[in-house]
Amino acid sequence: MTKKSPVRTFVGELPRNIFSGFVVSLVALPLGLGLALASGAPPISGIIAAIVGGLVCAILGGSNVTITGPGNGLVVVILSAITILGEGNMYEGYLYTLAAIIISGALMFVLGVLRLGSLSNFFPSSAIQGMLAAIGIGILAKQIHVMLGNLKASGSIIELLYFIPADLLIFIKTADKSVFYAGSVGIISLLIMVFYSKIRNKYFQLVPAPMWIVLFSIGMYYYFEMFSAETYPITDDFMINLPDKIFGEFPEPNFTKFFTYEFLSAVIAITLIASIESLLSIKAVDKLDQEKRRSNVNKDIRSLGIATVISGFLGGLNVVTVIARSSVNVNNRGSNRSANLFHALFLVAFIALFAGELRHIPLSALAAILVYTGYKLASPENIKKTFQVGSEQLIIFLVTLIITILTNLISGILTGIFTTFIIHIVINKNISLFIRNLLKPNVLMFEEDEKYFVSVDNFSSFLNYSKLKSNLDQIPETEDVIIDFSMCDFVDHTVMENIHSYSESFKRKGGHFEVIGLDGYKSGSKHPFALRKFVIGKPKEKNITLTKRQKSLYKISKELHWDYDSVYKKEIKELPNFGYFKTRQITKISNALSNEQCTLFDVEFSEGELIAKQNVKATMLYIELKNIIPQFTLDKEGIFEYIIHFAGFKDIDIDEHPDFSKRFYLSGKNEQKIRKFFTDEIILFFESNKYYHIESNEKGLLILGNERLAGVKEIKSLADFGLRLTQHVS
Amino acid sequence: MQSIKKILIGIAFSPNLKPNIFEAVRLANMFDAQLVGVHVGEKTTEKEKQLSKLISEAPILKFPIKTVWQKGKPVDIILSTTVEENIDLLILGALQQENLYKYYVGSVARELTRKACCSVLLLIKPSIERIKCIHIVVNGLKDKKTIETIQASFLVSKALACKRITIVEEISQKEIEVKVSDDHSLRKATIKKEKLKRREDSRVHKILETINTRGISIKIQSIFGKRGYSIGHYAKVKRADLLVMNAPSKTSILDRIFPHDIEYILTELPTDVLIVK
Repeated sequence: MTKKSPVRTFVGELPRNIFSGFVVSLVALPLGLGLALASGAPPISGIIAAIVGGLVCAILGGSNVTITGPGNGLVVVILSAITILGEGNMYEGYLYTLAAIIISGALMFVLGVLRLGSLSNFFPSSAIQGMLAAIGIGILAKQIHVMLGNLKASGSIIELLYFIPADLLIFIKTADKSVFYAGSVGIISLLIMVFYSKIRNKYFQLVPAPMWIVLFSIGMYYYFEMFSAETYPITDDFMINLPDKIFGEFPEPNFTKFFTYEFLSAVIAITLIASIESLLSIKAVDKLDQEKRRSNVNKDIRSLGIATVISGFLGGLNVVTVIARSSVNVNNRGSNRSANLFHALFLVAFIALFAGELRHIPLSALAAILVYTGYKLASPENIKKTFQVGSEQLIIFLVTLIITILTNLISGILTGIFTTFIIHIVINKNISLFIRNLLKPNVLMFEEDEKYFVSVDNFSSFLNYSKLKSNLDQIPETEDVIIDFSMCDFVDHTVMENIHSYSESFKRKGGHFEVIGLDGYKSGSKHPFALRKFVIGKPKEKNITLTKRQKSLYKISKELHWDYDSVYKKEIKELPNFGYFKTRQITKISNALSNEQCTLFDVEFSEGELIAKQNVKATMLYIELKNIIPQFTLDKEGIFEYIIHFAGFKDIDIDEHPDFSKRFYLSGKNEQKIRKFFTDEIILFFESNKYYHIESNEKGLLILGNERLAGVKEIKSLADFGLRLTQHVS
Repeated sequence: MQSIKKILIGIAFSPNLKPNIFEAVRLANMFDAQLVGVHVGEKTTEKEKQLSKLISEAPILKFPIKTVWQKGKPVDIILSTTVEENIDLLILGALQQENLYKYYVGSVARELTRKACCSVLLLIKPSIERIKCIHIVVNGLKDKKTIETIQASFLVSKALACKRITIVEEISQKEIEVKVSDDHSLRKATIKKEKLKRREDSRVHKILETINTRGISIKIQSIFGKRGYSIGHYAKVKRADLLVMNAPSKTSILDRIFPHDIEYILTELPTDVLIVK
């Protein structure tokens, strides 16, 4: 197979990127206008953001299939900035806000340069979900009135929500033809959004839903113009307002309020939301990329910053990475950043060629698109999902949601973070675990036997997740990774969720990512992302949910036709009789896979006198033998740690097999019997298989690999080894 | 630390005295060294009796114990005794956090660790019965003192009949120079890491050439991470019995507020620690 040159690949993929860019621009056009309107800014500002974003980020960006432009999340922040800074005058407010947008762009650039792309890691997942839901409700509350033909609705989010039923009544009873038609267009548009995905027609699906709305409303205008005797019923103030010279005159950002509290808090809020939205989107879009590339997050943030500054000077909104448009891009087989560029170019073409037609879109039609977007952000489905992860997550979610709605985004997210922290302390009944270890490093990563081993100490939550992340990011996704939480007393939902997405991306790229050490931890719920907490002693069974590892073990047991018990109640009587356990006190056996002869299990034991050291957990295999064999231990030559109990017995060399004798350390009491037992067949078996520590106590065999819990892959090979060994021995 | 001829142990009449004495006596015998016991406080016949009773219960010493009784500040007296008596090794006990399997170095021991001019052995759990030392982890980082530290670890392993040593090279993330941000930089960083690893390995191998390593299985493990922290965590994961470290260059009050290198280990001892000076 010859490797194509990058240039040829690029040219070859150009047609599909042009097409994809075109489809994306069909979504971006109505969305850009709508988002700008909802933000209280001139509609064109959304299009400017999309165009500048497309051009700049296509050239400077660090991701591959993302689309950039105005974002949903920012609607609420920008609207409040415009209202507050303008003190009643929306246009003045818009000019002040442009200045804030420019500063926030510069800040984002700095964040990118300082490689603070990991900023979003410090926010708990549920708090972010709560914040996004609040943004959704904010958009929905305002736009539903516009959709129903009421342009004058104003007030807090609560008030706006409260007035919805009243507004519905007004819409039904209205005598004003203009209001009625505007509202009808709005409702029909909303229906298009809702039912679009349900209509499975190839040709219908060619045009995205927002574009159908645009076509419908423009079509209606021309129907009244050309065919109907009546004049177009919707008056001009319900129509979208575009400047005559779109690319000629640009508004001038007003920096005079720079040092006021309102201005600076607007800057912070805008920067915060813009970075969070972008980072979340980049992360999500990376999962969609068919070529499985990893985005350069910091480079992307830098380019978004630059784009935002330029956009701000031209009168546009913030440029962020947007998930919905990006996924449209992926679905239409966009394969590189040129799709983003073409989406911008098509937008320029639309504005230049069809500005006249675009002026015939009623505001209510665009509001319908936003109502749907808002609903998606705040959908009850999200609340349900959060609740499934655990009731404590729902508390975090709701607290963040309510505080965000009642006050503002920054207070909301800060309260969310604080609530999460308090809940973690309450769940663990321990504040010092967090306080004492907060700033300490807690992650160790090293490579051993061609495997990456990651061990996490103390606790792992959103507070110190970035330390874990920076280590995990250094592992190529094609490798084998074992991440061990057994020294960790507490792992929170944010970490569990992120770990899951790591394991997904390793799976996609051919690597293997496995979590060990959480079996037997108490969990908040049955959900795989639920937080996990270490409990001393035996937790009640109902509080235990099987971890992913345990579920995989269960699956293996089915494949092998073995039994599986996560809590092993039987006793393996022979175990303490092995030399290995002479000085080690067995405290617990769990996760046992067994058939008539073999038992594969996790064992917890303490070492040394008293409890000098923390409990040790390891996976082992015990084979019960039908016939009596001599006592011996067999090890890789050079590993001395297991064999102290046979001290004084020398390495038994078997002369006919010098290679075996060189590689293995065999020792035992009865040299003669051992020599007899180690037939050519058995020696060949050991020589051609992986090294394990093997110990015989006449009646049984104990086999173990590393002295730690084994991953699922390792367990499979251990079981296989045991099965084949049994055949040779008996 | 070429050899250990004199070992100093502080004697406080606490419930831990018996295991402390037993551990010290065993160590002195293993190193063929003389034991010097220092008690800071008044010399009473009662105390003397108690001590001689304990010594008689412990394994027989190869050389008779020398006891020093002196009143004053513990840190000053112990430090001056190490100089006067020409001590090679100072044994200190660690404290255990309540209800946790976590050990840390108390304030007196910490000051001694910093100021002593001889090597210091910090024991997390002295015991009456001997627990065999099976696995020693020693730092192999790029530093002037490392050669001596590695030599010391072999000296100790021979004395304690320990057959397994792991030399851990901690390589700072900064040395990779490539920041991982996408597939391309990840590839570059991985290659660079491999290079650094080979470089460090050959450096350690050079040190090993100067040491008689017969009968000891040696493993070299490189870790990319925070200096001082990673090796402690590694020793904990691998359940090493002794961690041998370089003495810190110098520490100021700032180092305790922003811990680094050895301070990580002093705040949470992963196992017994020997600091070589």
